[in-house]
Amino acid sequence: MSDLALWSLFAAVGIGTFALRFSFIGLHGRLHIPPMLKRALAYVPASVLAALVVPAVTLTGPDKSFAFDNLQIPAAIIAALVAWKSRNTLLTLVAGMCSLWLLQAIF
Amino acid sequence: MKHPKDKEAFLAGAKALLPLVPGVLPFGLVTGITASKQGFSTLETMGMTLLFFAGSAQLVALQLLRDGVLPLIILLTVLVINLRFMMYSASIAPHIHSLPKPLKWPLSYMLSDQAYALSIVKFTSTPSTSHLPYFFAGSALTMWLSWNVSVLLGAMLGTGIPESWSLDFAIPLAFLAILVPAIKTSPNLAAAAIGGLVAVLGIDAPYNLGMLLAAVSGISAGLVVESWQRHQLAKSQNGGNHE
Repeated sequence: MSDLALWSLFAAVGIGTFALRFSFIGLHGRLHIPPMLKRALAYVPASVLAALVVPAVTLTGPDKSFAFDNLQIPAAIIAALVAWKSRNTLLTLVAGMCSLWLLQAIF
Repeated sequence: MKHPKDKEAFLAGAKALLPLVPGVLPFGLVTGITASKQGFSTLETMGMTLLFFAGSAQLVALQLLRDGVLPLIILLTVLVINLRFMMYSASIAPHIHSLPKPLKWPLSYMLSDQAYALSIVKFTSTPSTSHLPYFFAGSALTMWLSWNVSVLLGAMLGTGIPESWSLDFAIPLAFLAILVPAIKTSPNLAAAAIGGLVAVLGIDAPYNLGMLLAAVSGISAGLVVESWQRHQLAKSQNGGNHE
């Protein structure tokens, strides 16, 4: 991608994101959020984050195919258990990375 | 900040955010490292960071850029992820209404998950005064500084980290750390399961629409399960009345 295209993309994201953040603060009282949209927004984090995590962990082969010697899967399961118990970002990162390194050292 | 109590509220907001910094730091480092490993200069990385000021959106954009996705699709996907800021904006607007207008522009730009969550709890648990809105200003600015500094550190460290450390894995892990606590109810579980499944099935979708498709499918799954739960609840209540 050219420099111009890249910076245009960054700027467009910046303007769009600012518009979302400023929407109700700036136009206080002149804008109402539809109840259906409000309900839908509650599911954005879970669906988007899972859509990011699952392929990144499972499809590690060439051209994003499934590989059977994928050590990221057990490491991710351990990290998920740590996240569930601790609810701590740093601890989850440490547990996941250490599990992966340990598994790589063994296999 | 004309009144000493404005400053007091500002400092209280800044102080309330500090315990969250250890959680922000690794996420920011990973973002900076990823960008520099993908070949972005520190200027490009920081330009992106300042313009986005949204961690998950930035990591998604980096992944899609690496995959060579069309800019328009990247823009759409990122804006769907950032839609939640509109909800925060709606929720916080009445509480910061009394702030001077020129201040609302920079503070809107600095609206983050962390500053929003802290401030809304504060605003709904304490009696409102004309000084209280500065609490949000304090937490928002502190978050903004922590985020930018941690990405900058990551960008500078970036290429010095050897491939054998498998640091790519830190990105899905950072998301996993936020995802797991977000799955509190069955509709959320359905949203995550369908979102993850569609993302895997749609990995070869044309124009890399997979991510967007997965997000929309996951959200729909959450809504369907939620309606189904309501329906079951209404049915069991009606049943109870008849017996």
